[in-house]
Amino acid sequence: MSPRLLKKTLLRLGFWCLIGILLVYAVFPFYYAIVTSLKPSSALFQVSYWIDNPDFSNYAAVLNQASFLRAIGNSLVVALCVVTLALFLSLTAAYALGRVKFRGRGPVLMMVLGVSMFPQVAVLSGLFEVIRALGLYNTSWALILSYTIFTLPFTVWVLTTFMGQLPHELEEAAIMDGASPWVTLTRVLLPLLWPALVTTGLLAFIAAWNEFLFALTFTLTDSQRTVPVAIALISGGSPHELPWGLLMAASVLVTVPLVILVLIFQRRIVSGLTAGALKG
Amino acid sequence: MIKLKLDNVNKQLGGARILRDVSLEISAGEFVVFVGPSGCGKSTLLRLIAGLDSICGGDLLIDGRRVNDLEPRERGVGMVFQSYALYPHMSVYDNIGFGLKLAKTEKTSLRERVLKTAQILQLDKLLQRKPRELSGGQRQRVAMGRAMAREPDILLFDEPLSNLDASLRVQMRNEIARLHGRLGSTMIYVTHDQVEAMTLADKIVVLNGGRIEQVGSPRELYERPASRFVAGFLGSPRMNFLAAFLHAPGETSQVESLVLGRTTLPVDSSDLAANTQLSLGIRPEHLSLKAAQGTTGLVVSGVEYLGSETYVHLDTGQDEPMVCRCEVNAGWRIGDRVELQLDIDNLHVFDAHGTALKRRAIESLPAGVAPHPASAGVL
Repeated sequence: MSPRLLKKTLLRLGFWCLIGILLVYAVFPFYYAIVTSLKPSSALFQVSYWIDNPDFSNYAAVLNQASFLRAIGNSLVVALCVVTLALFLSLTAAYALGRVKFRGRGPVLMMVLGVSMFPQVAVLSGLFEVIRALGLYNTSWALILSYTIFTLPFTVWVLTTFMGQLPHELEEAAIMDGASPWVTLTRVLLPLLWPALVTTGLLAFIAAWNEFLFALTFTLTDSQRTVPVAIALISGGSPHELPWGLLMAASVLVTVPLVILVLIFQRRIVSGLTAGALKG
Repeated sequence: MIKLKLDNVNKQLGGARILRDVSLEISAGEFVVFVGPSGCGKSTLLRLIAGLDSICGGDLLIDGRRVNDLEPRERGVGMVFQSYALYPHMSVYDNIGFGLKLAKTEKTSLRERVLKTAQILQLDKLLQRKPRELSGGQRQRVAMGRAMAREPDILLFDEPLSNLDASLRVQMRNEIARLHGRLGSTMIYVTHDQVEAMTLADKIVVLNGGRIEQVGSPRELYERPASRFVAGFLGSPRMNFLAAFLHAPGETSQVESLVLGRTTLPVDSSDLAANTQLSLGIRPEHLSLKAAQGTTGLVVSGVEYLGSETYVHLDTGQDEPMVCRCEVNAGWRIGDRVELQLDIDNLHVFDAHGTALKRRAIESLPAGVAPHPASAGVL
């Protein structure tokens, strides 16, 4: 084997090794959760990396808890509301920020970015007061409101960037055709922004779906809880037992919808992230 | 009938004055071309007429009605954009019909008008296609169709052909000319390409630095430029300019210049003082060359062969060589010494501000009569 060929083969080998390491790093925790969730509690602490004889008793137990199903429903409602609200608000904001030239545009964008830099904990107590004052404590609206606040800076920035990339003449053509700003936005620009909307919408959905701190603080009863909190509060038969099997089964159940969503929209996301070549 | 009238229109952006006191009248059915170097304000003027930019001062009247504050759709204008700006997600049919749909046109008449427009532009077979499936020329036609569909009285074109390749450009130029003949609507066309301007226009408006330099038919502008700018802008290769000064002012002027020596020219310079700086302009096709004797005359510094004609460059000692258009088989070569013969009738004289001096007597010169031998400057 010539040295060149050897070098090439080694490089290729190293490349795949690296990919393998990254893959294990990213997937192993989830994989181990699946493995654990499929074991009966008696077999929990025997370390094994393969699924030998799957046992679905954990899943059955989780799905039999009414409060867990309720939590999934709550999470779904909250996440969908957040996505709708955030996309609507950020789309209209992005139209103004990305297409209209006005004084103070830069400062507004900077402010939006600045707001998103506060850590959740820093605003928690203040937000709690706001939610109490609005009478939203222990309702889904509390979560919808607080998640929207935290999602908006991101969605506004992403959509503003996309909006800014659309050719200016397109909008002027619409104006010449007699379109109002609203018609221009919804019938000319919106269809071109679909990939961006799907991308940001999905990311907003994931953020709302996984959020824990606000959900724990702003909800009190089982009937209002979202999934992350519900999972955290699953308890075993005695205070000293952590029902790992149940926890893992619930986690897998909660993660699967996200994975499916991402797979469905995968191509959209990629095209959304690389869009910009929109020349008519 | 006056279709569109601009009355002392001004436009400012930031501190810069983009248009200064532009006044212009455009008759119904006229094909008007705005031409000028980049940054002269021609596109801005078009956008003011369209209503995409606001007017800072002065009036814009369409059919005698002041339209300064009207929305674009209320002005009865359609516009074709430089980059076409077709709606990428709509079919050709929807692109053309979008304006009609927004105007709440009834469905059957909308269909009828879209089909009619498509037929005029030979787009019938492409109606279901998306813009990305069309060639450059077809996209251009869709853009025109979209502007035409609402049957505006005035069609505006903003450098519509600059994205096309050379041969397609010639073809689309002819199509636009045919379209104008067929529709008979008023068209205003912005370009920086003087060939487009000369071939398409009934009336050319030359803009420079936000001001109108001259308005007239292509022939007027070419043969009787009112300023040195217009003279230099139209024509390719451009007009030759020679520095000169006024020797004896009067109704016919005696002018002295480097290459021509002292010549009497039929222009009126009675307003000017003796020794004023002038510049003389002569187009390459109005020069002819003759072999010079010995070491007299000018030296040929370059020859450009174009197939149908040859451009001979002559070294005059100025920065730019003089260019003379010759027949291909004239056979001049670099280093040859030539005598310059020029046609006094086609010599233009500009004062220090670039304004053309008024011509005398030339207009009364019977056609076909050769200029008097004494008036032909020979070097």
